[in-house]
Amino acid sequence: MNYILKMSFRNLARNKRRSFFSALAVAIGTALLLFMSATMRGEMRGSLDLTINLRTGHLQIHTEDYKDENMSLKRVDMIEAPLDISKQIEDIAQVKAASPRLNASGIIAFKNETIGIQIIGIDPSSAANIIYQEGLVEGEYLRADDREGVLIGLPLAESLNMKPGDTIDLIINTSEGETDEQRFTVRGIYTTDTPGYDKATIFMPLEKAQTITRTENYASMIYILLHEMDDTAAVKEAIQAPGYIVEDWEEMNKLIILVEKLSNAMMFFFNLMVLGVTSTVIMNTLLMAVYERTREMGILGALGMKAKQVKALFLTEATLLAIGGVLVGLAIGVPLVLYYAQVGFFFGDMGISGGSSFMIGNSIYPYPTFGDVISVSIAALLITILSGYYPASQAAKLEPVDALHSNN
Amino acid sequence: MEIAKLTDVTRVYTVGEVETHALRGVDLTIGKEEFTTLVGPSGSGKTTLLQLLGCLDMPTAGKVLINGQDATGMNRNERADLRKGTIGFIFQFYALVPTLTAYENVELPLLLIGKKNNHKARVMELLDAVGITDRAEHRPDQMSGGQQQRVAVARALASDPLLILADEPTANLDTENGEQVMEIMKKLNQETGTTFVFATHDPRVIKYAKRVVTLEDGKIIKDEAK
Repeated sequence: MNYILKMSFRNLARNKRRSFFSALAVAIGTALLLFMSATMRGEMRGSLDLTINLRTGHLQIHTEDYKDENMSLKRVDMIEAPLDISKQIEDIAQVKAASPRLNASGIIAFKNETIGIQIIGIDPSSAANIIYQEGLVEGEYLRADDREGVLIGLPLAESLNMKPGDTIDLIINTSEGETDEQRFTVRGIYTTDTPGYDKATIFMPLEKAQTITRTENYASMIYILLHEMDDTAAVKEAIQAPGYIVEDWEEMNKLIILVEKLSNAMMFFFNLMVLGVTSTVIMNTLLMAVYERTREMGILGALGMKAKQVKALFLTEATLLAIGGVLVGLAIGVPLVLYYAQVGFFFGDMGISGGSSFMIGNSIYPYPTFGDVISVSIAALLITILSGYYPASQAAKLEPVDALHSNN
Repeated sequence: MEIAKLTDVTRVYTVGEVETHALRGVDLTIGKEEFTTLVGPSGSGKTTLLQLLGCLDMPTAGKVLINGQDATGMNRNERADLRKGTIGFIFQFYALVPTLTAYENVELPLLLIGKKNNHKARVMELLDAVGITDRAEHRPDQMSGGQQQRVAVARALASDPLLILADEPTANLDTENGEQVMEIMKKLNQETGTTFVFATHDPRVIKYAKRVVTLEDGKIIKDEAK
């Protein structure tokens, strides 16, 4: 078999430029697939992380009749004594933070502008809300006893030309089905790098939110973050209580999980397209080689080379092109993906609204996995080798007597 | 002893609706240690006869026996097996594998018949026999036509075949190289007893032949020993 390998190597070296560009097609295809799969995975993973950290948490407790999208403020739909419940849940070792949240809809009025927004009452001291403290770009963070302060998202502040210390009017729905209007002071401006969320969400201390919405000692939900996502089922089981519903992140993020499945299916077809183009290049290269070396195939046949050995010769050439191409592809693709996994791609506001259950940040960070590297490499290798099968079969079909009379 | 025997062999090529009778009922026996030349004008059937002797082609009718085995009806792989170690070829256009060195070209038939080791002595012996040991590591494009044809002769002999078939072996060589190649083959015929059959127009080849078979219009019209 060594002589087949030797001849294959030298055959590829005959036309170095053509072999180089054929291997380059495999390399570009491999690098592209690696990059795309890591980017798609990063996008989905980033979106899920954001949605969990900003909106759903790993677990959420609310009453049976509460619907997040309605932001009901009726006491019957809300959780009573939420701080006590949160403290009990925080005693569970796997729980990183549990904190009540009160969701209400309202309108912000500043100068001559009015914009519909979501108001969330939070416990500023809870670790569950540290993301907003860490995301503070200007001004101060909220204090639990602040009766007049709110946190405004950076895109909203920029669009209204607002700065810390400015006063705004908030018109907020109450549990009685009426509205109340009060004046607040912008304490700080935050960003979560999620423009759709930041431009439509205002935070105020939970106690103030309860007062203004007439829901004292009530909250819309208990928002729970865990140390490890894998503990979700165990903690969910542990915090079940009559009259309450505990939802986990999978149940609350069905859309993201569905989109991830859809994107995986799309990636499959994208992979097929890229590898299809690559395999066409390889097939063309090898068919050209068969055409150019027809007489040589006749000579080898006359010397006693069997059809399967001729086939092996061309398949070995395809394999060498595939190995070379995939290795170069990995040498290009892996560092590129690792670099962008650190720095990310900045896309800015993708226009996903704040109320959406699908959070997308302003940057995408590719998330490469060893599994992707292996599966992309194997797919590129197999498709490239398979693309050599047809030319190899054509070469093997040549009758030595006909091939010897060829002009090539 | 018979190396090859053709009995009432006919070969008809069909292109579209046109039939060309390349051979018409040829009977021919090639014995051991022969140095035979097939002569005749272009289109007389020399090359077709050589291809049938070499099991590269199959007759339309008739029987081809090679070393006692009936090659008629064998498939491509069976004929390849029959050729290996039994028949060697020398072509008009040298027909060396361009990516292999002279040494590797001569070694190739040994690898194809599955001999894994101890090639070196045999290959060098053959290169020495054709006087080209100093070109062992050269590739075909680094050698003259005469040198390439000598390598082709060495390659044809590598697997120690019973029969060597040479199609116009001197057609692309100048007088000096043509004579040298024929001298080498004559010497090998005498020393090793290998049977040679040539198809040629070249008087330089014919003058070396011990037997001359003349073809015309696909038939043997004369078969004379010299």
